[in-house]
Amino acid sequence: MESKPFRVLIAKPGLDGHDRGAKVIVRALRDAGFEVIYTGIRQTPEMIAQTALQEDVDAVGLSLLSGAHMTLFPQITKLLKDRGLKDVLVFGGGIIPDEDVAKLKKKGIDQVFGPGTPLTTIVDYLNSRLPSVKKK
Amino acid sequence: MSKRSDPRLIERVLRGEHAAASRALSLVIDEAPEADALSKAFFPKSGSAQKIGVCGPPGAGKSSLTSRLVAHYRKQKLKIGILAVDPSSPISGGAFLGDRLRIQEHAMDPGVFIRSLANRGMIGGVSYTIFGAMHVLEAWGCDKIIVETVGTGQDEVEIGKVADTIVYVTTPSMGDEIQAMKAGVMEIGDIFVVNKSDLHGSDKALSDLRSAMSLGRTHEAKPWEPPVLGTSALTGKGVDELGKALDDHWTHLKKSEEGRRRLREQHKEELSLYISRRVYRSALDKISDRNLDDLVEHKIDPASLGTKILKK
Ligand SMILES: Nc1nc2c(ncn2[C@@H]2O[C@H](COP(=O)(O)OP(=O)(O)OP(=O)(O)O)[C@@H](O)[C@H]2O)c(=O)[nH]1
Ligand SMILES: [Mg+2]
Repeated sequence: MESKPFRVLIAKPGLDGHDRGAKVIVRALRDAGFEVIYTGIRQTPEMIAQTALQEDVDAVGLSLLSGAHMTLFPQITKLLKDRGLKDVLVFGGGIIPDEDVAKLKKKGIDQVFGPGTPLTTIVDYLNSRLPSVKKK
Repeated sequence: MSKRSDPRLIERVLRGEHAAASRALSLVIDEAPEADALSKAFFPKSGSAQKIGVCGPPGAGKSSLTSRLVAHYRKQKLKIGILAVDPSSPISGGAFLGDRLRIQEHAMDPGVFIRSLANRGMIGGVSYTIFGAMHVLEAWGCDKIIVETVGTGQDEVEIGKVADTIVYVTTPSMGDEIQAMKAGVMEIGDIFVVNKSDLHGSDKALSDLRSAMSLGRTHEAKPWEPPVLGTSALTGKGVDELGKALDDHWTHLKKSEEGRRRLREQHKEELSLYISRRVYRSALDKISDRNLDDLVEHKIDPASLGTKILKK
């Protein structure tokens, strides 16, 4: 049987109001063969977790320009776990200091991409990580 | 396979659990081995919900209007499922599923389930698996299921084989599109909507559409004359009237032979798609390397070989 495309939710938690970066990632992932769901700006952690559940995504990409990643990202991974979504890959992007990255990884964020990361890096990461996380 | 097979999945869907419905939807959409058992368990519930197809050209406001309609139904405490279908890219196989963005205000409502689907290269804007997906949502307890598909030409005729009531959405700025509207669309639409009626030109668009409709009208009065309504998803104007027209059509279907006729058409489509996919797949699985070598060496021709494989 032909393999099914992986499904990815790109979400923007927090209060920053523009989403050009997120949209660029959405397009790159679609062009790389992913089914991408995009829900717009100002999503609460609850909305993100509930969307991941209803859409049965394989991965959630969190895009956050500034600030609140240390509270928002772990909240989201916890809410995903509460809903039984244990093998959903969570990755993040934004301006995140190295010491925070280590802490986030302990909280279930699989990978963090800094600003200016080439899109191919993110695509390659998903293509290599997803098949091992999800045995479809 | 671990979390995919849950012996209590069916029961949990019937009890209205979101997580179970989501899992079941994935199983039918991905055509997993469990899909047949789910179909069988959920089929007794089929026909219980009104299945509403919302179609029309890109950007007409289908998702925004769907969101308004959900709010309208939620005031009546009805349980709503939404299947938002977008095309897969023929080149990459990927898809941008963007409808949810405009319906997301209902994400946290326990009485609403939203699922975005890529058509995965199937023609007609909706895929075969949409039937299975709707059975899951019926079993989950939906009173209304809204299926959003994009389309401008003949292709959304397919939605007519899936839904009970078709709402065709257009806008004032799409006057030319109304003029050129294909006969197929005119025939499948049960309700026509000129959305964005807050914008300039909506009166003209409404009257253009109404006269276009009456052109194709025969002399004898039909049991259902498709209404032409103006709405604004921006302001909410006309949404209650749309809800009323949808209720009227549902009542019409239930009271007349038409409801039964449509159900038969839907089941026929589902059944024939099921059969053709099964036959197609199992036949293709039987093609061996040896067969291909035989063709290269002209030991047999494709038609004779094909006939033989189908008989196996
Ligand atoms: N002025 C006005 N704008 C509207 C109305 N309804 C939708 N829009 C806008 O039209 C654009 C498209 O709306 P959508 O609801 O995404 O349209 P759609 O038909 O679902 O689009 P696709 O799914 O991409 O085909 C958005 O910018 C909406 O805000 C309306 O009634 N009035
Ligand atoms: Mg839409």
